[in-house]
Amino acid sequence: MGIFEEIIGMFSYSFMVRAIIVGGLVALCASLLGVVLVLKRYSMIGDGLSHVGFGAMAVGLAFNQAPLAVAIPVVVIAAFLLLRVSENSKIKGDAAIGLISSSALAIGMVVNASSSGTNIDLNSYMFGSILAIDKSEMVLCIVLGVVVIGAFAYFYNPIFAITFDENFARATGLKVEVYKTILSVLTAVTIVIGMRIMGTLLISSLIIFPALSAMRVTHRFRQVMIMSVIISMFCFFTGLVASYLLELPTGATIVVSNLCVFVVMTIVGYFRKKA
Amino acid sequence: MSQLLCKNISIAYEKENVVDNLSIAIEQGDYVSIIGENGTGKSSLLKGILGLVSLKNGKVEFGDGLDRKNVGYLSQQNPMQKDFPASVYEVVLSGCLKSKGFRPFFSKKERRLAVANLKKMGMEGYKKSCYADLSGGQKQRVLLARALCATDKMIILDEPVTGLDPVATADMYHLVNKLNKDLGITIVMVTHDIDNALKYSNKILHLHKNNKYYFGPKDDYLIHGGCTDECCAPDVSELPRTLLDEEKITADELKYGPADSECKNPTCQCHHHSLNTKTGGEQ
Repeated sequence: MGIFEEIIGMFSYSFMVRAIIVGGLVALCASLLGVVLVLKRYSMIGDGLSHVGFGAMAVGLAFNQAPLAVAIPVVVIAAFLLLRVSENSKIKGDAAIGLISSSALAIGMVVNASSSGTNIDLNSYMFGSILAIDKSEMVLCIVLGVVVIGAFAYFYNPIFAITFDENFARATGLKVEVYKTILSVLTAVTIVIGMRIMGTLLISSLIIFPALSAMRVTHRFRQVMIMSVIISMFCFFTGLVASYLLELPTGATIVVSNLCVFVVMTIVGYFRKKA
Repeated sequence: MSQLLCKNISIAYEKENVVDNLSIAIEQGDYVSIIGENGTGKSSLLKGILGLVSLKNGKVEFGDGLDRKNVGYLSQQNPMQKDFPASVYEVVLSGCLKSKGFRPFFSKKERRLAVANLKKMGMEGYKKSCYADLSGGQKQRVLLARALCATDKMIILDEPVTGLDPVATADMYHLVNKLNKDLGITIVMVTHDIDNALKYSNKILHLHKNNKYYFGPKDDYLIHGGCTDECCAPDVSELPRTLLDEEKITADELKYGPADSECKNPTCQCHHHSLNTKTGGEQ
């Protein structure tokens, strides 16, 4: 059987189709948000939020609640706190993220271990599973994708201004807090959905890698955005196909795919600068 | 009325006042330099004027056809911008944001304005360059062009020459002066460079550690060296009319305003007085 037939065979599984739709949209949203987060030095917030998401899901499952219904509000609140804390608290941003993420992870583990009734496969939460996506999550993800693309298309210029120079944006009368709130809500939702496929420990790579890879080779904001989306989609699909063909864990394969592109882009960028 | 009026403003961080009961009036076409040691609240004052930090007391009023959104701002160098992937044109265009309103894209007029302002700053050849690759002086020119897109009336600058080499510094002062003299744009600038502050500005605001301040014409400042002692209190009749017309501000509150050149207090430590005693001693 040829490789193409195998790839076509992938689509005959309905869970695969869902994973492709949801994962593709998450990769797209994460790459757009990632450019802003990386440039504003909030890269690690993605990591912190996914840990909080893990804790919230574990607690939700222990109390027989739908994991997303618990995780999304909790992670949104955590996103607010982290963005706030990193600005005006005495505990510096990176330390605050370290505190919150390890605490949330620990609480999730403790609650999971002490609730006897449930038997969750923690491994699938840590490292993701393409079997995890159900129909309601797919619908939520499509809505999220439309909102994120719409927001970045319509508010492209204010988003640029806030990313580049928040004080100037505020001085010209831009409602910076409103935009930041919207961005943190979108980031939170993207992470909660994405961590089902990518896993708690790997989702932040979807935010960081595409933006960094794009910045190796291009130096315009608009081009970085577009490039970041292309790279993210490319890495998601190649990673997904590779994991299917070689029977590897999906999340990890996607991260490795991102890493390869990053290395290639770094080399290209280096020689471009030299030339 | 004045273009910018600060009435008894106080700004506090964690209960400690960094700016305390300060009142100034800035007129159209003024070039005001704000000087003083570190920690005397210079940047905080600018941020208070721009609405970036909240005031504990007092009021900032804009007049003469100016409102807060029409003020151009050139902030202190932001280390985050060092590797920011943006073209010069993208940066300058972002200054047009407030006129754009809710349209998602910039109009032709705004694009033309951005290019025209780049030209005014002598940076039109760098339109497509990467902002992060420019030299410090060039970056400041680009940010000035951006500020010009936001205003044609007043630009507020926070230490614009920090980190620039002497040539770029002189160049920056020359440019700002040109904006002030040729285009009539009001300049309010925080600086550590007292020589250039005295060379170009017409008014000085000197903030002292004890929250006292001197605000007045440069010529008076030269005589008194920013003395805030009561002996150097101004003749009330010389105060800007606009300030006296505002009912709540009394001449007493403005006692640290422009100074009378004849200092009669024998215990005064002001520059003017010590000069007098020195020359007196030699005779």
